[in-house]
Amino acid sequence: MLAVKSLCGYYGQAQILNDVSLDAMQGEVVALIGRNGAGKSTTLKAVIGLEARRKGSVIFDGCEVIGKPTHEIVRMGLGYVPEERRIFSDLTVEENLAVGRRPPRPYTPQWTPETLYALFPNLAEARKRPGGRMSGGEQQMLTIARSLMGNPMMLMLDEPSEGLSPKIVEQMASAILRMKAEGLGIVVCEQNLHFAKLISDRAYIIEKGEIRYGGTMAELAADDEVRNTYLAV
Amino acid sequence: MEFLFSQFLTGLASASSLFLVASGLSIIFGVSRIVNFAHGSLYMLGAYIAYSLVEHSGLGGGNFWIALPVAALGVALLGLLLEVTLLRKIYHAPELLQLLATFGVVLVVQDAVLMIWGPEDLLGPRAPGLAGAVRLFHQAIPQYDLFLISLGPVVLALLWLLFHRTHWGTLVRAATHDRDMVAALGVNQASLFTGVFTLGALLAGLGGALQLPRGAVSHAMDLQIIVEVFVVVVIGGLGNVFGAFLAAIIIGELNAFGILVFPQMTLVLTFLAMAVILVVRPWGLRGKPQSLAHGAAVAGGRVLRRLPPAAGKAFLLVAVLLLALPWLGSGYALNVATEMAIYALFAASLHLLSGIGGMVSFGHAAYFGLGSYGAALAAKSLGLPMELALLAGPLTGALGALVYGWFCVRLSGVYLSMLTLAFAQITYAVAFQWSSLTGGDNGILGVWPSHWASGPVAFYYLTLVVCGGSILILRHIVFSPFGYTLRACRDSEIRADAIGIDARHHRWLAFILCGFFAGLAGGLFAFFKGSVFPDSASIGTSVDGLVMVLLGGIQTLTGPVVGAVIYTALRIFVSTYTDYWRAVIGVVIILLVVAFPQGIVAWTADRFQAWRAIRPAVKTKEKAA
Repeated sequence: MLAVKSLCGYYGQAQILNDVSLDAMQGEVVALIGRNGAGKSTTLKAVIGLEARRKGSVIFDGCEVIGKPTHEIVRMGLGYVPEERRIFSDLTVEENLAVGRRPPRPYTPQWTPETLYALFPNLAEARKRPGGRMSGGEQQMLTIARSLMGNPMMLMLDEPSEGLSPKIVEQMASAILRMKAEGLGIVVCEQNLHFAKLISDRAYIIEKGEIRYGGTMAELAADDEVRNTYLAV
Repeated sequence: MEFLFSQFLTGLASASSLFLVASGLSIIFGVSRIVNFAHGSLYMLGAYIAYSLVEHSGLGGGNFWIALPVAALGVALLGLLLEVTLLRKIYHAPELLQLLATFGVVLVVQDAVLMIWGPEDLLGPRAPGLAGAVRLFHQAIPQYDLFLISLGPVVLALLWLLFHRTHWGTLVRAATHDRDMVAALGVNQASLFTGVFTLGALLAGLGGALQLPRGAVSHAMDLQIIVEVFVVVVIGGLGNVFGAFLAAIIIGELNAFGILVFPQMTLVLTFLAMAVILVVRPWGLRGKPQSLAHGAAVAGGRVLRRLPPAAGKAFLLVAVLLLALPWLGSGYALNVATEMAIYALFAASLHLLSGIGGMVSFGHAAYFGLGSYGAALAAKSLGLPMELALLAGPLTGALGALVYGWFCVRLSGVYLSMLTLAFAQITYAVAFQWSSLTGGDNGILGVWPSHWASGPVAFYYLTLVVCGGSILILRHIVFSPFGYTLRACRDSEIRADAIGIDARHHRWLAFILCGFFAGLAGGLFAFFKGSVFPDSASIGTSVDGLVMVLLGGIQTLTGPVVGAVIYTALRIFVSTYTDYWRAVIGVVIILLVVAFPQGIVAWTADRFQAWRAIRPAVKTKEKAA
């Protein structure tokens, strides 16, 4: 479904990503794990065409998307949820969802505000509240729900567990598993190995802009050496 | 009492049309972050098109009411064309260049109007059906004013419905907040921007057409309204329609009552109100702090570097040529070169403030004008010789910058730019209206240099030495610790703050310094021309300065000088061939912005570096062979 090959990403003159290759299928959760500054967010931004300049190849749903503008890539069914959440703070929860609305596509899970309120019950209670007056956890739910309104085939989440309380992290994990159960493909950037283990089927480790490891999550969890080399702080 | 009431209604009526135009500008800025200088031109076109429709359509009696929407739609269509052909190409250019491009449009439209409708003011008909007056509290209130007064809230309500009750409106509000995120949700920014710009143009055109029954249509309408509209938008808060409504009422009433209290000082009053409101509420009544950093507006990711040693030889050559010019060129060439040198100093001082200091001044002419008047008054009123009067120029410039700068450094980004524009307009208004001191429109004549400097060659050398020396001093300042501090404050105020730099204090110093050198250029200009007019403090002069700096490229030191030379040459050259030189310059500006978004000198430097990067590779290949 998503195949990234030899992706290089740049901010100005600086090369951030070096030959990143990874792939993800529909109905699976793939984690991209790495320390702060390893290039996780930049990988997602380069795939979606935001901010970073990019080279290489990104095939989504059988089409090359390098060179396409962001909104067209999103319309093809690749959703993106940024790390900073970027809620429209003056717009109500309902209006935030409305901005993400796109027509349904065949063979992909379809979402309406009502099904999303069922997935994230906290949002249902705050429909008319401005996005800026939500808690961090609620904003994280809103930003995911907003991207789901586009009825994507695949969703890229940038550190969805960051800064959330343990209880909300659990809710988030179960929401992601339910999205997966609906048939959505998910690529998730994480620093939190525990959270990644809860949700992911496969994992890649990225360091200094290069992919250092790829395998199933179970293999990674069992491999102390890889964990100590790339992830121990 | 009754009279005050009728004056109050007059204020509300003008507030309505002001609001229409301002809301359009505000909406456009909110989404595209472009300060559309050409908004006043769209307003003017609305008025002219409505005039032609009424006069030449032969529709008879009620045709004003048909002309009104048709003119507005026509302007909307022009706006659409403008967005698609020009603005769409420059959304990623630095903010200032966008502004410059829209000013290019202003120039083109000015000449187009002159060409199509001629130079005379045109008088439209009264509004059919509303030509009479209603008696309220024993005062005759024009029916048309009452119509305008009710139209303002109606348009406000319609806009509110559009933005809060339609999907498109929700998208626009979302894009005003974070346009990249809107794209990341699959919304096509380009068509959203086009729609918003067309709506803004429609409102401007409607505002212009509505002016037809209230007064004459003239080709000065564009800059006149744009300045007022800037004030309204800034007081209200950029991007906020309701704020624009409140601010339009404040300004409308201030004008209506100000004319009773200080008939000579209405302009000053408006701008003083703006200065006070902005100092108390730096983001306007209903605005929000901008996320935009100082540097983002100008720097565009380039770093200022010293030139390589080889460039020193080139400069030496230029210096020798300049010194030899009296033997090489004619008197006319000397004249042109003198003017270029003065503008080069003016542009270099603006560059220190805007490029290095990150404070983009829309009103640098204030200090140039103050310098001109300071020097001229010292010579004429105090009877000082040229040598001393020339000193009065920079001193008045610095003094003005000391006062204006104190207010300006409290703001940042577009708000700061608007405030500088406001102060320049105050200066212009004082120069224009305080006839007993400044001679008003007639200016001050007979400001001649001392005997020794009265010949073209001597005055050329005087200018060359003073301006060249000053530019070298400015260059030295840029590479001094003070210059580094300014750049640090420009690029990150928070980080500068964290290492103990008082940004406000340094910015104020920069203001004073730049006022000093702009004043010096102004003083020289007064003696060069032998006269001073309010024009020297006008928006036109401010924009000339900006064009010079931006043409050359804001992130190079030679940029402003090269820009000044090219721009002055272009203006003189084109104006000898055609009366429509404004349009030609406008087109040139637009093309330059589209072709060289980083400025000419920066572009050349990039090409040169690219060439140098290829050359060693070629050499090693030759060796290998």
